[in-house]
Amino acid sequence: MSSETLLHILDVYKSYGEKLILDNIDLTVRSGELCTLVGPSGAGKSTLLRLILGQEPPSSGELQLDGRPIGFPDPSRGIVFQRYSLFPHLTVLENVALGANLAAGMLERWRRRKEIQDHAMTYLERVRLGAHADKYPHELSGGMQQRVAIAQSLIKRPRILLMDEPFGALDPDTREQMQVFLLELWDETRMTVFFVTHDLEEAAYLGTRILVLSQYYTDDRGDGARRGAKVVADYQLPRAVASTATKHSAGFLELIETIRLEGFSPAHLQDVGEFNLRHPDSFQTLTEAERHSNPG
Amino acid sequence: MLAALPFVLVLGLYLAASDARHRENPSDKILPSFSQMGKAVQRMAFTPDKRSGKYLMVNDTAVSLKRLLTGIVLAAAVGLLLGLNMGLFPGMSGTFNPFITTIAMVPPLSILPILFIALGVDELAKVSLIFLGTFPVVTRDVYLATRKIPREQITKALTLGASQLDIAYRILLPQILPRLIDTVRLTLGAAWLFLIAAEAIASTDGLGYRIFLVRRYLAMDVILPYVVWITLLGFTMDWLLRALLRRRFSWYLVEKD
Repeated sequence: MSSETLLHILDVYKSYGEKLILDNIDLTVRSGELCTLVGPSGAGKSTLLRLILGQEPPSSGELQLDGRPIGFPDPSRGIVFQRYSLFPHLTVLENVALGANLAAGMLERWRRRKEIQDHAMTYLERVRLGAHADKYPHELSGGMQQRVAIAQSLIKRPRILLMDEPFGALDPDTREQMQVFLLELWDETRMTVFFVTHDLEEAAYLGTRILVLSQYYTDDRGDGARRGAKVVADYQLPRAVASTATKHSAGFLELIETIRLEGFSPAHLQDVGEFNLRHPDSFQTLTEAERHSNPG
Repeated sequence: MLAALPFVLVLGLYLAASDARHRENPSDKILPSFSQMGKAVQRMAFTPDKRSGKYLMVNDTAVSLKRLLTGIVLAAAVGLLLGLNMGLFPGMSGTFNPFITTIAMVPPLSILPILFIALGVDELAKVSLIFLGTFPVVTRDVYLATRKIPREQITKALTLGASQLDIAYRILLPQILPRLIDTVRLTLGAAWLFLIAAEAIASTDGLGYRIFLVRRYLAMDVILPYVVWITLLGFTMDWLLRALLRRRFSWYLVEKD
């Protein structure tokens, strides 16, 4: 695994009006990582993803990809949404080829159409949907549609693939199949993935690194202070493509229970100085107010 | 099968009434018999006119269709471009939305005299009426359809390297097209209304002109076939557009259900 820093997020805040969503987020992600972001609903997981995507700007702070500030959405960041990732008026193959077609001029597109088609076909075969090339998205099942959406993004060779609850709308069986599928694909390509989910089990099963975003913590800003979500825990996970049986192992269940306590329990408030940021890339820049009486 | 019942019923009623009147007065013009209508069609459609040498019904159909199609195609094209850009760019909708909404409120027939005065009594005024009567509806419909396309698609297209123009004309436009066809299907009825009104008031040919001309002679034997013919034309256009949707936009029909 290469060890360059790909994504760098420093002191990022995001608020909507009076409501503070993201509160001083610090984060770096190395390339090749399958990074899952989990947290209770309303913690701002999708907000953070939209900032990385460039769909919205942060209220303050900086986000960089490969050392360059992040602007509007562009091909350096691929995205798979929970829904609406595919264009209904294009066939499956056309959907996958779209990225290549958009890059080519009109003449070039016509001259290279066979080549582009074959190229798209290799991606479609990689997600094992070669037989469905000429169908329209509505003719595929939800899981197949998401696989097409992944192929559609991969053809642009994005530096990082962002996934926003991509399996959230699938039934439990399909969902598990898609998790295994994603792990196998990741194992093949070692692409960098930033995967947002509210499902703790999914996050722990998939990730080489699991980030917990939560608004349930405490600091020295006093009781009335406006607080948003922070990264309250950050684990490195061993990654060998594991069978789904792992989900029932003692270690796995224990991890989930720990994270549930750290991130999902409004009654259990850790101090900002005590977060479990054990991952080697993890860092935290606290403001004076946040750690007033907490030298640590 | 049951659908045919009302048709048969009306037809039967007509025949009975016509027959009753003809038994009293064999030269009755108000409810002509089928043979009378057949003769009229023979005269209008298959015999050259004594004065102009034209086949009147054929000629009427040709000029009327030309007016109707010119107006509706223009309305569809303008409505598509305007509605699409309004749906995509807030500045465009801010500028044009109140205007279009106001225009849509003006009853088109009320401005027909203005059109005749300003544009003359030739083709331009008639086509303009059809255009003005239908394009606000088309624009609004395209605008709303564009707005309904999920934002995610635009973001997704950007991550695939699309430019603003790509998004407008390669992502959104093809998705709006079937909706446009549906809208045109719905506005065709209004377009016919405007066409016949304009032709009735100031024209020298056309299906609407002919009906209102022969009305003076109580020529129901001409009027009734013309009405049936106009209905048939409208039905055929609708059928053709529906066939186009089925052939080229199968994905759209599924989404609609």
